[in-house]
Amino acid sequence: MADRAPGTGVAVGEPLVVVSNVNKHYGELHVLKNITTTINRGEVVVVIGPSGSGKSTFCRALNRLETIDDGTIVIDGKELPKEGKGLAKLRADVGMVFQSFNLFAHKSILENVTLGPMKVRKVPAAEAKKRAMELLDRVGVGNQASKSPAQLSGGQQQRVAIARALAMDPKVMLLDEPTSALDPEMINEVLDVMIQLAKDGMTMVVVTHEMGFARKAADRVLFMSDGEILEDTTPAEFFDNPRSERAKDFLSKILSH
Amino acid sequence: MNVIFDNLDIFLRGFGGTLTLLGLTTLFALPFGLLLAAMRVSPVASLRATSTVYVEVLRNTPLLLVFTFFSVIITYISGALPFQVAAVLALTIYTAPFFAEAIRSGINGVPVGQAEAARSIGMTFGQTLGLVILPQAVRSVVPPLINVIIALTKNTSVAGAFFIFELFNVGREVANANGNAVIAVFLGVAFFYLIITVPLGQLADHIERRVVVRR
Repeated sequence: MADRAPGTGVAVGEPLVVVSNVNKHYGELHVLKNITTTINRGEVVVVIGPSGSGKSTFCRALNRLETIDDGTIVIDGKELPKEGKGLAKLRADVGMVFQSFNLFAHKSILENVTLGPMKVRKVPAAEAKKRAMELLDRVGVGNQASKSPAQLSGGQQQRVAIARALAMDPKVMLLDEPTSALDPEMINEVLDVMIQLAKDGMTMVVVTHEMGFARKAADRVLFMSDGEILEDTTPAEFFDNPRSERAKDFLSKILSH
Repeated sequence: MNVIFDNLDIFLRGFGGTLTLLGLTTLFALPFGLLLAAMRVSPVASLRATSTVYVEVLRNTPLLLVFTFFSVIITYISGALPFQVAAVLALTIYTAPFFAEAIRSGINGVPVGQAEAARSIGMTFGQTLGLVILPQAVRSVVPPLINVIIALTKNTSVAGAFFIFELFNVGREVANANGNAVIAVFLGVAFFYLIITVPLGQLADHIERRVVVRR
């Protein structure tokens, strides 16, 4: 894994997220089975798998929106704290983008982006606003800053959600099916922002069904099924030469038409 | 009806007593209820358990029993608690769980993704609740809160049985002194309660309609 996807030119660095022997149960259901993987600085890791494979749970466990039963998750040298201020501090460094956007419904677009920096990082209002406008411009919704989330399309909302996460200057971004709730014509505008983010060298974990994105922007693909990581390889290797039967079966179903 | 006009000043003083009980109790019980609701949704299991037990026990205990406890037993033990203080204390302790449940239902009405988004940008529990959840819950919480205040208005009458100078007690005194006009006296007492509760009910309805429109 010496270099990145074509055209990015950013070298992949040392381990940033280290996941070791993580298990989680929902009652009888074993949703994460002995998950062990390392995500390096600057790496874009795409998590693929059938629904119910545990890929979203894995992604959400990385900032402890889902608790785990055992195992360890270490981010930038620090193990995830259980609760309280320590956990909040660590989450500030881990950006998260949700399937359903989850923009703060009572705040304007601009306030959605400035709220975290101002309240969590204690950035002065003027500075937070300036930075937020830069980010909103960068994701192409700067002209919507004074509107409320409900006035924006899904694609626009999701780009604001990405800007909101970026405003915290995260070390790593987690994107949990960021395009799954979007109308087809809005998917590309969000993917374009994500591809640009990858090119800029952001460390990303992306749970997605967008195989095009995986091919284009990913350094690595994790294929999950029934709570296990079955493949951990390059996109080219995964799509052209999958090793597990489960992956072959999955790919044949999604790529057949 | 003359019995009411003849005793109007004492009725008004009783009405003032009722308003004082209502105002003081709301002043103390509302923050207390908010605290109970916050504990109930907090990530700390012991706080959740404490709040749950408190709310369930008090909510399901007759008010008269709570009043007796504070007015008679506490006074008997310490000997120093004025009835007025005991009454506000008892009403606060009893009403706070109802406020708490109204607030909690409002909190639960805010989509869970809002809290997850707040936590994911590093907000603490307090920030998540204060900056993201409560501002969105407030519109749906106000009508049930008003309903609790209406119930509280009527509950203040229990204080009359404990020598507190309030509307119900006034009614009883005046009725005792005017045995031939009992019905008029109690209609008068009811009228004064309705002066408080009916506008509150109207207000709750009005806000409820506005909340529905905004959604």
